[in-house]
Amino acid sequence: MSAADTTTPAKAPPPRPAPPPAAAARPRGRRTPGAGATPWLLLAPCLLILALVMAYPLVRLVTLSFQKFGQPQLWGFQPADWVGFANFSAVLGDGEFWAVVLRTVVLAGGSVLATMVGGMAVALLLRRVSGWLRTLINIVLVVGWGMPVIVATTVFKWLFDSDYGVLNALLSKVPGVGMIGHNWFASGPEGLTVIMLLVVWGAVPFVVITLGAGLTQVPRELEEAARLDGAGAWGVFRYVTLPVLKPIVVMLTTLSVIWDMGVFPQVFVMRGGHPEADFQVLNTYSYDRAFVVDDYAQGSAIALVTVVLLLGVVAVYMRQMLKIGEVE
Amino acid sequence: MSTLAPPGRRRTRLGWNLLGLVVLVTAGFPLYWMLVTAFKPAGDAIDPDPDLLPRSLTLGNFRRALDIADFWGPVGRSLVVSLSVVVIGMIVGMLAALALSRFVFRGRRAVVVGILAVQMVPLVAMIIPVFLLLNDLGQYDRLTGLIITYLTFVLPFTVWTLRGFIVNIPRELEEAAMVDGCSRTGAFVRVVLPLLAPGMVATSVYGFIQAWNEYLYALMLLSQEHQTATVWLGNFTTKHGTEYAPMMAGATMMAVPIVVLFLLVQRRMAAGLTAGAVKG
Repeated sequence: MSAADTTTPAKAPPPRPAPPPAAAARPRGRRTPGAGATPWLLLAPCLLILALVMAYPLVRLVTLSFQKFGQPQLWGFQPADWVGFANFSAVLGDGEFWAVVLRTVVLAGGSVLATMVGGMAVALLLRRVSGWLRTLINIVLVVGWGMPVIVATTVFKWLFDSDYGVLNALLSKVPGVGMIGHNWFASGPEGLTVIMLLVVWGAVPFVVITLGAGLTQVPRELEEAARLDGAGAWGVFRYVTLPVLKPIVVMLTTLSVIWDMGVFPQVFVMRGGHPEADFQVLNTYSYDRAFVVDDYAQGSAIALVTVVLLLGVVAVYMRQMLKIGEVE
Repeated sequence: MSTLAPPGRRRTRLGWNLLGLVVLVTAGFPLYWMLVTAFKPAGDAIDPDPDLLPRSLTLGNFRRALDIADFWGPVGRSLVVSLSVVVIGMIVGMLAALALSRFVFRGRRAVVVGILAVQMVPLVAMIIPVFLLLNDLGQYDRLTGLIITYLTFVLPFTVWTLRGFIVNIPRELEEAAMVDGCSRTGAFVRVVLPLLAPGMVATSVYGFIQAWNEYLYALMLLSQEHQTATVWLGNFTTKHGTEYAPMMAGATMMAVPIVVLFLLVQRRMAAGLTAGAVKG
């Protein structure tokens, strides 16, 4: 608000010698001809906020993971001592951590694969079904996409409830299957499959709708030509449709990896706020270390490892964005 | 697909439609079951062999959901937080988006890439330092603290999306207005702003949804007595254990307004989303 006041006068008469002193720090020395200080003044509030809530915590995350920081340091009774790589060696030396990493990668990888394959299949299917059905499916997909994650999670918790969940009741209708009272979360792999289903259910609509939009860009003539040349349905998809869609697919895949590695409420709420050891993924594990065990330093070290694991994927995404010229 | 329908086409179409129905049921069933459970008498909900179609409808679960724990308090807090985030995000984001889309200056590309990269930082990983930061600033358990924190994801998204909308408005329109005697600010207010309005509404609504749906920060940065709507639903348990029918009523109350808002803006946002914005 005050930023708007300071920028307007600077914008109206361009050849003013110096901007108002309040904002002098930033644009000094940036004398690009034509633009001057105005863009930096406009950017200043945004950059300031991001520095406070984004850059500072990021730096703090790094420093924390090299310190000893527990309850006494939180209350200020003891200073935070530097401990070098002690947190990392403690975390990385713990067998449980590697089990968590593996579980996270499997959960995220499985979710991404299922989301992309399922999303692509549904997007292709939508081109072949009757109009009324396509409309219905689209409505359901968009509604599902708009569902808050917490709502979807509670609904899935109810669907998979051991005593009264409708899924157990339906499965028990199959002759020879008695699933009433079956606890889906008694074993890790089974429970994680349910969580994966929830993640995929929430993620598929976005993929279907985006791929659907992309599919309209695939030239019909190319597909026709390939078909005339004797390509089967798979051949047309593999050599014509997929290459055209490739940029979208790369982007969707990288985004999915980032989102699915960031799964938190799905696991946390599904397990009633206390995920058992068999359900810990990197995010809940880091949360647990920090806020349950009160070791903020080790929690940060785990979070930092997660960020580093994701960097490669982010790089691919950024490169794709730069390549398609979105950034210009 | 083509206008010709050779014999046999109809049968393949039938096959595809059957497959489509399977997709429809799979995607739609959780939504259907939420609504059905919310409106059926609580006694029917805990039937080990439930009827797929509701036999009688009631609003009792909604009344129960409102009784179990304070509902309007969390909703009010969520509203305050989400609206504040959107208003601040739009003002600050608009200024930044203008700078990035209408000015040529050294460092612009770096800022654009930075804004894009910032959206990729997993928020969950930041919860520990953010918690400590707010603790140091005396903002723990304050709505202001949560509002500032939510700007981390709403602001970059707003800048990025608004920038996309502004870039699509031809610069010539502004220049024509300036030739006709408008100042730069005047040209913006009279020409660009009206054209930008629909995009701004869509961006605000989307930002609102994002802030409304956030769970982890709301859970960690506010105490239980100041919880927001998502945390209210996430903690939906009573001394009798989880009462699922009222819980589904609560879920319905949470979902319907958000889904309606989402439907209003989805089409407009879909393009921006592919261009690297955040998901709902």
